[in-house]
Amino acid sequence: MTDDTRTNVDDVEEQRVRYDQARYVEDGQYEPLLSEKDQTTVEIGDSDESPLPDDLTRDSLELPGLSEPELARHYTRLSQMIYGIDSGPYPLGSCTMKYNPKFTEDVAALPKAAVHPDRSETSVQGSLDLMYRLQDYLGRIGGMDAVTLQPPAGAAGEFVGIRVAAAYHEHNGEDHRDEVIVPESAHGTNFATAALGGYDVVSLPSDEGGRVDLEALEAALSENTAALMLTNPNTLGLFERDISEIAEMVHDVGGLLYYDGANLNALLGRARPGDMGFDVMHYNVHKTFATPHGGGGPGAGPVGVVDELAPFLPAPRVRETEDDSETASSEPTYELFDPDHTIGKVHGYQGNWLVLVKAFAYIARLGDEGLLDASAKAVLNANYLASQISYDVPYEPFYHEFVASAGDQDAADVAKRMLDYGVHPPTTKWPEIVPEALMTEPTEVESKKTLDRLAAAFDAVAEEDDETLEAAPERTTARRIDQTSAARSPRLSWHELADDE
Amino acid sequence: MNGSHATGSPYAPHTDDERAAMLEAVDVDTVDDLFDIPADVRFDDEFGIDARTERETRRLVRSILGRNDDLTELLGRGHYGYYVPSLVDHLADRSEFLTSYTQYQPEVSQGFLQALFEYQSLLVELTGLEVANCSMYDAATALGEAATLAERVRSTSGHRVLVPDLLLEGRHSTLENYVAGTDLEVETYPTDDANADLDALADAVDDDVVMVYAENPTVRGTVEEGLERVGDLAHGADALFVLGSDPVALSLLQRPADVGADVVVGDASVLGLPTSYGMGLGLFACREDYLRQVPGRLVGVSEDATDRRAYTLTLQTREQHIRRERATSNICTNQAWVALRTAMHAAYLGPDGMVDLAKRGVTRAEALADRLDDIVGVTAPVHDRHHVREFVARVDQPAKAVVSDLEKRGFAVHVVGEHEVQVCVAGVPDERIDPFVDAFTEVAR
Repeated sequence: MTDDTRTNVDDVEEQRVRYDQARYVEDGQYEPLLSEKDQTTVEIGDSDESPLPDDLTRDSLELPGLSEPELARHYTRLSQMIYGIDSGPYPLGSCTMKYNPKFTEDVAALPKAAVHPDRSETSVQGSLDLMYRLQDYLGRIGGMDAVTLQPPAGAAGEFVGIRVAAAYHEHNGEDHRDEVIVPESAHGTNFATAALGGYDVVSLPSDEGGRVDLEALEAALSENTAALMLTNPNTLGLFERDISEIAEMVHDVGGLLYYDGANLNALLGRARPGDMGFDVMHYNVHKTFATPHGGGGPGAGPVGVVDELAPFLPAPRVRETEDDSETASSEPTYELFDPDHTIGKVHGYQGNWLVLVKAFAYIARLGDEGLLDASAKAVLNANYLASQISYDVPYEPFYHEFVASAGDQDAADVAKRMLDYGVHPPTTKWPEIVPEALMTEPTEVESKKTLDRLAAAFDAVAEEDDETLEAAPERTTARRIDQTSAARSPRLSWHELADDE
Repeated sequence: MNGSHATGSPYAPHTDDERAAMLEAVDVDTVDDLFDIPADVRFDDEFGIDARTERETRRLVRSILGRNDDLTELLGRGHYGYYVPSLVDHLADRSEFLTSYTQYQPEVSQGFLQALFEYQSLLVELTGLEVANCSMYDAATALGEAATLAERVRSTSGHRVLVPDLLLEGRHSTLENYVAGTDLEVETYPTDDANADLDALADAVDDDVVMVYAENPTVRGTVEEGLERVGDLAHGADALFVLGSDPVALSLLQRPADVGADVVVGDASVLGLPTSYGMGLGLFACREDYLRQVPGRLVGVSEDATDRRAYTLTLQTREQHIRRERATSNICTNQAWVALRTAMHAAYLGPDGMVDLAKRGVTRAEALADRLDDIVGVTAPVHDRHHVREFVARVDQPAKAVVSDLEKRGFAVHVVGEHEVQVCVAGVPDERIDPFVDAFTEVAR
């Protein structure tokens, strides 16, 4: 299809927004690789200037040697071939792609934030102070008694939770507990984390309404249960209304209840995992607290626990110094300490510090009213958007996200076609309980006007035929990419391109 | 009104009229009607967090972090403060890079995928290994992932993982957590004058060993001289040889592929990130044989419908969102943006700049050690080895007192023994060296 063929996209977009992603072509490539612009070889071994004996050095190094202006253009072009939140709506379900306030970059870039992790505690009181305050904020928001900031991502937070659960059971002489229960519709990381922790994963089917099936749970629970990992609202966006009963059932067999914080944005200021009976949880600060996703990371996955589990948290933690030899009027001082039965470390140092600074700034900026409003509008936006699209949404009432079904269409093709309408598509084909799933999470940052535009994109695609969908996308930098050949003969560096192209 | 809390969150743009229209469309009276939270778990209280303007928030963070002392850091041991050129900040902060996520839709993510592909290529060149992923969290977690990989790929049984006794506590402890759910056990082997004690290692290696880990440079800054022997010992026991290093050191030191390394891990953010209180970027590269067992994301090359080269995440059947409990790792969110910064910094330096940076690490460390050695009451370096960027010095005074006195004079160095301090020159401006030597002379007496 060429650009002068009039399409449905034109009809819709001429009334709304015309979208074409930047597309350069140079030497047959959208943007040549650095290695295609230059390759310079530096010899090391036989040089007289080498400060080390030859047998301890490499022979040579071959890399691109380009000027700063050339690099500025290279990376600017690359950036123009990326769709981000600042490009348009990004309703990627389960990922909470909300706007990243610009000022948080400025505070993370403060020269005072750039400190080495081995500095003396007395010389980094500012960093410890900020961590202490963030621990406090997160504890209040989640209803948890103690918080560690160390896990560098959500999955790492899950791992801490599972390791803490293991240490707790072992401490109580119950290391026979070798099963972790995970709902069928849970995030893939839950299964993978439990397995990494050495547990057998017991998969839990949903009931007809899309929630935890209490009978199935009863059957799955036993004296071997170490923990149940749960998201609430779940991946269908539904609140697990039986959560108190679920908590009681898990606790009755001596298991722990783990909260996957991926969907916390839906509940800010309205319900807290700690009050629901969860014992341990992680927070996805790159989701709920708006730190940038950075093309895949970094994020941060702090973990909160109830008092009983606090002694098992990773080391070190931050606390206020008890020593009151200084005058009462002086600022509080902080110190690091190792919890009594700590599981040790899950990161070389204190996790993704710069991300934590941004998260602190975001929470401090929003305050109670902003956080409460975030959950209100995240849920309102999801419900409004769902009401405006023609695709069926089989499970409700949903909160911050909904899972529509593409019906007879292929959800992955629907997603590709949505790109042509200038929006990022939802998460597709998951959770599998909804056929051809379109998991959609608009977040609170989209206006009604943007949601209407998003709905128009959904509806335009819903009316298109399979042929059109399979040919999509056509207005993006790259057209449909062949996934099969990429996996069949993997070429993972520019070294593998030289001969066969 | 932009930036105000008039509507609640300053980043949720709805006007009252819009909200009313939306509520009507979904057929409820108030937003609260959309929440069917049972009364017994409803939160009716407040967090007690005051909302602030953007300006007030910036002032608050500036004031909190203002409590960090200004010190010239001569600190290393796994986290380095090389100067990061402005190009990196300005281009990495372009919002398309910053505000996109994992490239599930590669057709609109070509730029990031290409940058990550270039990052992978950089690591392939530095290590000589065929496969590099596009990031783990940090050096410690990359080491943990290497151990679980070793358990998965080895054809014969075994459970011992050997690491040097000087391994950083953060790496050792993280490794212990990663193997806690496996049959693996971590044991240490002795070091001799900071490098691997090859005779002791030879005694320790048997058929029950699945992995031998060594670092170059070592945590004490010495150049490891026995890498080929370490590799031979590991391979003799059908174990993996895992090598820890970083992109600057790798620009000069022996190429891992040439000494038989099967996996290379380490902190790649020595380039691209200034000191960030330990935030890092896990380098992970390995031989092609282990491709299907690699943890984390891989960017590969394919073609699009117009037959032009295009990039995409590939071999995703290894990953948690598809393979679930049989995935090679639980990692999802990674450190992609840091990898972008590292690739930018490396591109800025070019091969000449990278080799030069590594060489200066050797010459500057040697020069500073010589000067400290001239001070009465100081011996430097302690180890009779070649050094890269850092070295250990012996002080007659208690090390803690020396370091504390140095701090009062505006300098930070490590305490690594009762009478040992460690000093790193990476990123330290030349003009700070003389004052540092002067201060050291005063406190070492």
